[in-house]
Amino acid sequence: MLFVKPSLLKERGIIGMNRRNVDYIARYNDRKLYPIVDNKLITKEYAKKHNIAVPELINSIQYQFEIKQLEKILTGIDKFVVKPAQGAGGKGILVITDRKGDIFYKPSGKEVTFDDIKRHISNILSGLHSLGGKTDVAMFEKLVDFDPVFEPYSYEGVPDVRMIVFQGYPIMAMLRCSTHESDGKANLHQGAVGVGIDIKTGRSLFAVQDGRMIEKHPDTGSAFSELQVPHWEEILPLSAACYEMTGMGYLGCDIVIDKNLGALILEVNARPGLAIQIANDEGLLKRLKMVEEHAPKSTSPEERVKYSLEHFATD
Amino acid sequence: MSSRSQVYLLAVIFFALGIGLTLYKNQSLGFPLLPGQSEEVWTVESKVTFEATGDPITVSMILPQTGSNMTVLAESFSAPNYGFRVKEENGQRRAIWTQRSAQGPQTIYYKLDVVKNDEPSSLAPPSQQKPSSLTLTAAQESRAKDFLSKIKASSADNLSFSIEMVNQLKTSKESNNRSVNSEFKKKSVSELSLILLEMEGIPSRLVRGVSLEDGRRKQKAVDLIEIYNEGQWIIINPKNGLEGTPDDVFVWQRGGVSLLDLEGGVKSKVRFSTIENDQPAKTVALDKSNIEQSAFIDFSIYSLPTESQSAFKRILLVPIGALVVVLLRIIVGLKTSGTFMPILIALAFIDTTPLTGLAIFLSIVSVGLWIRGYLSRMNLLLVARISAVVIIVIGLMGFMSVISYKLGMTQALTVTFFPMIILAWTIERMSIIWEEDGPKEVMMQGGGSLFVALLAYFAMTNPVIEHITFNFPEMLLVILSITLVIGQYNGYRLTELYRFRDLAKGQKG
Repeated sequence: MLFVKPSLLKERGIIGMNRRNVDYIARYNDRKLYPIVDNKLITKEYAKKHNIAVPELINSIQYQFEIKQLEKILTGIDKFVVKPAQGAGGKGILVITDRKGDIFYKPSGKEVTFDDIKRHISNILSGLHSLGGKTDVAMFEKLVDFDPVFEPYSYEGVPDVRMIVFQGYPIMAMLRCSTHESDGKANLHQGAVGVGIDIKTGRSLFAVQDGRMIEKHPDTGSAFSELQVPHWEEILPLSAACYEMTGMGYLGCDIVIDKNLGALILEVNARPGLAIQIANDEGLLKRLKMVEEHAPKSTSPEERVKYSLEHFATD
Repeated sequence: MSSRSQVYLLAVIFFALGIGLTLYKNQSLGFPLLPGQSEEVWTVESKVTFEATGDPITVSMILPQTGSNMTVLAESFSAPNYGFRVKEENGQRRAIWTQRSAQGPQTIYYKLDVVKNDEPSSLAPPSQQKPSSLTLTAAQESRAKDFLSKIKASSADNLSFSIEMVNQLKTSKESNNRSVNSEFKKKSVSELSLILLEMEGIPSRLVRGVSLEDGRRKQKAVDLIEIYNEGQWIIINPKNGLEGTPDDVFVWQRGGVSLLDLEGGVKSKVRFSTIENDQPAKTVALDKSNIEQSAFIDFSIYSLPTESQSAFKRILLVPIGALVVVLLRIIVGLKTSGTFMPILIALAFIDTTPLTGLAIFLSIVSVGLWIRGYLSRMNLLLVARISAVVIIVIGLMGFMSVISYKLGMTQALTVTFFPMIILAWTIERMSIIWEEDGPKEVMMQGGGSLFVALLAYFAMTNPVIEHITFNFPEMLLVILSITLVIGQYNGYRLTELYRFRDLAKGQKG
């Protein structure tokens, strides 16, 4: 059947875009806090203040004339990520994993010249990727050296953990793995794989691609049932602390796991998508209601994590 | 009060206000809810003729009064060489024409357009019964009393009495038998009825009207009688004894005042001719409210110059387009490129017709995308690049117009109605989506936008909707209230019922 009866979705506690926008984002996310999450430079600043681990900022370029100094900025740097500070939906991110002289390499092995990078930065500055076309800042970040545990589950990209944090309580998680189809990007609607993660254990529950359940990664062939997110005990308090950092009641944080540094907050999203429900094969509503109605307010991140471990385990 | 209940309260108020004002305009002011409705407008021309005797002339004619069964939309007086004024006297309007001296046949015209009004006009009760002015002979009086007592026996109240009496008088006059009529020779049924009613003590008066019959000329005024019964005046037609104002009579005057007074002339005659013509109901309603000086209409869009009115006609359609976008995005969940870009495209479709519009839109956007693809390799700053796209779009529009004109396809000339800035932004946005999300997403968003634009176009060009938005701008409040309510909708979108279809059963179990 193409369409499903709304009552069935309701029964399973699935929330739709309208409900997310009206009942959660509009109600719990104060408009004036948006810049904290919409501008990744500000996010980094706040994260430092709150002792939240983030990927290291190498440099940033704000004006077109600074682009000329790109060669100088990149001296001795072989691996980095260029992204617009106010980019939305993963747009405008350029990942460089290798360098030979003046030639850079993307994860796919595609060659990139200095000129290509300069043009990309120029586009970022003129606001091509930012919300509403505002002029933007290009930031250079250290490339995350991702944990080898994920190697079998990712194709040409860094998998990240998306955690929905409601009023400071981590309530649902998924791992997003890029595929050949998603062109190395971790966006589910572009063909990346979403893996539901058990809040209690950090083990995989369920994997979907393009809305369909799958057993194995389409490119690497590894079975998702074996997947265990490392540093899980670190990830939970880190995401819970994003509540204090941003002040937002309903947010999604993206976490990457560095081989050496452990869990890092990549970015925080004030309008997290709903695909996480598909990846977990479960609706968000029950957990949201649980927090809204029963969870104790104004507690520390550690206590909230304890509560989440107790109440949001999937068994 | 929670914000949600505030929204609902506001929505209910707006909705009720919008519907209420619309109904008021429809019911009380007669603005039609549907386009193309027309109303019968009667043009009544009264022609006064007389022979002037050379003395100073004063012609005084009574004009239709308020409280008639028709509303006068327009009137005109025409009498060359005559001085003219309108005089109010005891609540009666009289037209006065004057001239120092004239000889021979004279003609004066008074023409008016009238339309039926359905409101029952409440009329003033009869003034204190004046002392009887009847001068009857003994024979007349005894015959009349005899007649009246017979009628009285076979009637229940004043109304049935009067009707019965009129019927009796009519039949006896027609059959010419020796009845009460024979004593009152030269008296018409209505005149006689009024005498008899006065004897009986029933308040009554003469009503003069004009019979409305299309193309009828040179007709005399029609006499009706009106009696006062249980607090209201009731007209009785002496021709057939029926009660109530006849549908085909325009009540001109009430009470026995003369229709025409003439000094300085002889052989005066008043004749009426009537013509029916259909006029758009809206025009009639507007004329009516002009006469009644309805403040509601005085401060409406109708008071603007015609040019601004037609601009507003277009602007008032935008909320309809916005409503379509709101419905399709929030309830259905379609993706469009740019929130309100579809409305602007739909507005352009109104001028170009949708098929030509689609063809123009698709060809300009695809050529634009192709050129934009090249521009993106030239390292241009964003503003410069979009400006370049705007210039290219204008060039394409000009090129298209000229080529198609030479080929004899004049439809393509309507290309100028497309807002070029919107076209340029569409091209820019589509090309970014193409680069980042691939052609599939471009098709999705582009197709979605065009689909919404087409739906908005069909909604906006629907004659009924067009008519209502322009003639009842109050409906904006209704649209606003619907928008407010939809803004609170937190249920599933139609597309989500598809997106989450597998979640309903649970894939694991």
